[in-house]
Amino acid sequence: MQNQRDSSPSVFRHLDWVTVFIYLAMVIAGVVSIYAASYDFDNASMFSFDEFSGKQIRWIGLGLILGFIVLLTDSRIYDTYAYPIYIIFLVILLITPFIAHDIKGSKSWISLGPMSLQPAEFAKVATALALAKLFSGYNFVLNARPINYVKALLIIFTPIILILLQNETGSALAYMALFFVLYREGMSGLILFAAAFAVVIFVVAVKFTDLSMMGVPSGEFAIMIMIMLIMIVMTFLYDRRLELPRNLVIWFGGVLLIVWILGSLCGISLPGMAIMIGMIVIAAAYVAVEAIKRHRPQLFVPVVTAVLSVGFMFSVNFAFQQLQPHQQQRIRVVLGIEEDLRGAGYNVNQSKIAIGSGGLLGKGFLNGTQTKLKYVPEQHTDFIFCTIGEEEGFLGSIIIVALYLALILRVISIAERQPRPFGRVYAYCVASYFIFHFCINIGMVIGLCPVIGIPLPFLSYGGSSLWGFTLLLFILLRIDSARKSYS
Amino acid sequence: MRKDYKLEKRKYIIGGFIILIAIIYGIRLFDLQLNDERYKKSADSNAFLKKTVYPSRGLMYDRNGELVVFNQPAYDVMLIPRDVQPFDTLDFCETLHITPDQLRKRFADMRDKRLNPGYSSYTPQKLITQLSTQDYGRLQEKLYRFPGFFIQKRILRQYNYATAANVLGNLREVSANDIDKDDYYSPGDYTGDLGVERSYEPYLRGVKGMEVLIRDARGRIQGRYEGGAHDIEPISGRDLTLSIDVKLQQYAESLMVGKRGAIVAIEPHTGEILCLVSSPSYDPRLLVGRPRGQNYKMLTQDESLPLFDRALGGAYPPGSTFKPTQGLIFLQEGIITTSTTYPCYHGYINGGLRVGCHSHGSPLPLKPALQTSCNAYFCWGFKNMIDRRSKYGSSANAFEIWKKHLVSMGYGYALGVDLPHESRGFLPNAKFYNKFYGEGHWSANTVISVAIGQGEILATPLQIANLAATIANRGWFITPHAVKAIQDTVMPAEMLERRRPTIDEKWYPDIAEGMRMAVTGGTCRRAAIPGIDVAGKTGTAQNPHGKDHSAFMGFAPFDDPKIAVAVYVENGGFGAVFGVPIGSLVMEKYLTDSISPSRKYMETQMLNTTLTYAKPKR
Repeated sequence: MQNQRDSSPSVFRHLDWVTVFIYLAMVIAGVVSIYAASYDFDNASMFSFDEFSGKQIRWIGLGLILGFIVLLTDSRIYDTYAYPIYIIFLVILLITPFIAHDIKGSKSWISLGPMSLQPAEFAKVATALALAKLFSGYNFVLNARPINYVKALLIIFTPIILILLQNETGSALAYMALFFVLYREGMSGLILFAAAFAVVIFVVAVKFTDLSMMGVPSGEFAIMIMIMLIMIVMTFLYDRRLELPRNLVIWFGGVLLIVWILGSLCGISLPGMAIMIGMIVIAAAYVAVEAIKRHRPQLFVPVVTAVLSVGFMFSVNFAFQQLQPHQQQRIRVVLGIEEDLRGAGYNVNQSKIAIGSGGLLGKGFLNGTQTKLKYVPEQHTDFIFCTIGEEEGFLGSIIIVALYLALILRVISIAERQPRPFGRVYAYCVASYFIFHFCINIGMVIGLCPVIGIPLPFLSYGGSSLWGFTLLLFILLRIDSARKSYS
Repeated sequence: MRKDYKLEKRKYIIGGFIILIAIIYGIRLFDLQLNDERYKKSADSNAFLKKTVYPSRGLMYDRNGELVVFNQPAYDVMLIPRDVQPFDTLDFCETLHITPDQLRKRFADMRDKRLNPGYSSYTPQKLITQLSTQDYGRLQEKLYRFPGFFIQKRILRQYNYATAANVLGNLREVSANDIDKDDYYSPGDYTGDLGVERSYEPYLRGVKGMEVLIRDARGRIQGRYEGGAHDIEPISGRDLTLSIDVKLQQYAESLMVGKRGAIVAIEPHTGEILCLVSSPSYDPRLLVGRPRGQNYKMLTQDESLPLFDRALGGAYPPGSTFKPTQGLIFLQEGIITTSTTYPCYHGYINGGLRVGCHSHGSPLPLKPALQTSCNAYFCWGFKNMIDRRSKYGSSANAFEIWKKHLVSMGYGYALGVDLPHESRGFLPNAKFYNKFYGEGHWSANTVISVAIGQGEILATPLQIANLAATIANRGWFITPHAVKAIQDTVMPAEMLERRRPTIDEKWYPDIAEGMRMAVTGGTCRRAAIPGIDVAGKTGTAQNPHGKDHSAFMGFAPFDDPKIAVAVYVENGGFGAVFGVPIGSLVMEKYLTDSISPSRKYMETQMLNTTLTYAKPKR
């Protein structure tokens, strides 16, 4: 292993300029949008430090200096000091709620002279470094020993708990994205799948309660259809033979057809719920018998999945019914299910109207009326994408989406070219954070995700998020530019 | 280092996942922005107008169900500056009967950030307030010619009686401060000012609603968005039933015409205020509508201070109306018994000090002392208490106990009436005198005048009336209040609870009898009403600024009190001159709804007497 002097000038020779350009394009788009979002008729200029845009320019200027400094550092310090940095940030997160001012119920801001910063944003960097450090240990293989999972989960969940104590649910959830890293490093995809399916079941079961399909609430109906489809696909994937899935298709399809004909043509109403559960249970028993008969234990995966899913569906509903009506309503509102005219639902509706009114080319810079009329709250922070959608139209929105896609794919490709696990894992952490923020933020603005208050990296107004993501990205660039030093 | 190629393939899954999400978002954006015309239509440039719908404000009834305060609509001309297009100014001015110069000035004022801190060219601004119904009708017809303009309906107050302005209060436009303190308000809203309007604002105002209207590109209103599906209905404010008897209030006010002072009447067993007069008063209708600003200025500049509620806010020396409290304290502390007598040789003479008194028998016990309002008796009692070192250790300690009893009777602190701007009066404490005279350098004789309600003691007419109510109840009172019931809500518990002074109830009948004797054969003889047993106590309060104040407190009927009253007439002279006749007329009017023929002369005299007041020196 060659270990040449890791000197500064060579940094720029190997710097990933594509990422730098995407970064610059995004922050510039951010300033312009923030200016538009907070623009008022009789407003001062874009560069005035009294305005959000002027302040953001100052944040960006300082952020670029920060990034530049990072590029001048020795790339090995991040590896060497990963744990101390992580510990320091845990301590900062721990004391933050005690010294922070209460801003709208959140105790996550600490003032440092003229500025307020959110340690939770910077702790993302520290957590990524710590996780990378863990995986770069000698001969570390995630799946080798269960204790490795314990260590990884400890690194991920400690900051989550500390940030939850600050009442910053959104920021805390962002750390959950690090499961993508675990997946890349060997965690079974079934776990990601199970988690995703559990969320889907919860949301669907709570969201759709109107009776519609064969006397079954449409949410439960949809979930049970999903379970049937998943059983069919899984039995195929684990068996690699067509016989079982084919039989399942015939069984499910046949029974559903008969029930539907009896119900809609002959007017005989049957207990739909019992029939559907019966169908799944019988199918599961059938697959289980086959698994034993043919000594194929992996066929138990679809069986267990089906049984657990049905059980989970009922426990969600049961648990939900036990709650007080106002608690139920709060959950519905948080999930974006119930339209709270004055709360979250209102925001999303207004934000959809703002984006929808943009059309192909938008209304033009500073001509957006929906955002100007202050219909959309938090329009310069979490809902900044609204302004872009309204003023720059479909074209502008797609460009932003494409920039994010390019950035994330670029980071993944950087990750895969790292010679050492430290760089790779760190890069995947960076990609995971971007994936989460991109999916949730734009998803909530266009009404596809529940409203979780997290910023759109590089575009939303705010120094902490900008600096946090800048550090995250430039440390990656620094590590990447040194990749040739090892091989 | 060996690479795990199987795991490396997972980059495709992660990459594929994010590509899938990007595609879904792209499709969604396509759908929102290009496919679905609904959003474009509903947000087209200036499609929405969110118009606040003001709830109807709670009405006010008097205790007999007479409607006292009700609502009338008013119309403000609003505009969104950004949406205003060049319009026919002359036509606009003619419609509203204003000159182009006035209109220009209104526009300039509206844009002036000092006068209108909430100005923004994107949000509704108020151009002209409170159109007459005729102007409103004319403008409404022509509104389509003036894009960007709209009419906002608001609620103004109207009054059935020109009375009780101090109790009712009025409405004013909210200040920047109100808006900061309470999210409910936006610029241009109205809020209660003074009186019940102020203190019951949260009940009266209701909850605002919202109407979402659609406009075309020229700003003309096209109707409700989605048939009103997004509208929010306003919730009306709660109606109030006042404890005030509006007829009694009117009568009491008429008795006070030409005099400065206050009348407070309370129903003893409920604490409900039957009338609360502050004189001079004003017509509450003066503070409604466009003339409000001018009239308000006029009232604030009036040297007789009509906006100042003397009944709650005026702190006066209580004079001899204070003597019953002294009798109660001395009995409670065991300083006297009902048969203890003190001498009076035309006054209290002790240690080179003389407090004058008038001619009556001597020595005399408590009840005759109350009957004749003997100064000497209460000075002796006070001295025997304050200077009783054997019991209290020092005069200061004794004075603190004396003060504690008075506080429990409602003096020295605001009683907690449900109206704003209540004064607490003034009760000195030992510390006050220690500071003034030096610790240990004062005794009963130094401060003797407080025993007869003079000197440092100040009380509000409300506190004096409350004492009358306490004696009427023979030992307890309920915090006086002007609102009897709130629609669909229970009254706050503190307006229903009995409060008991630190005086044993067994002492009250003696004091009440003393007050009864004052009417049958003492200083209050003019308070006697045929067929009704009245008890009372006069007060003649010396005042350094001029002629004595005339005061009275009393209650009737003696055995089953229905009304307790306090009267205070500034510079009215002896208590018997104005206080007694006015107080007894108010009680008689309330109890019998008429004035007996034998007392008509007194009524005429009171109605027609005007006192002249010197201009204040300041």
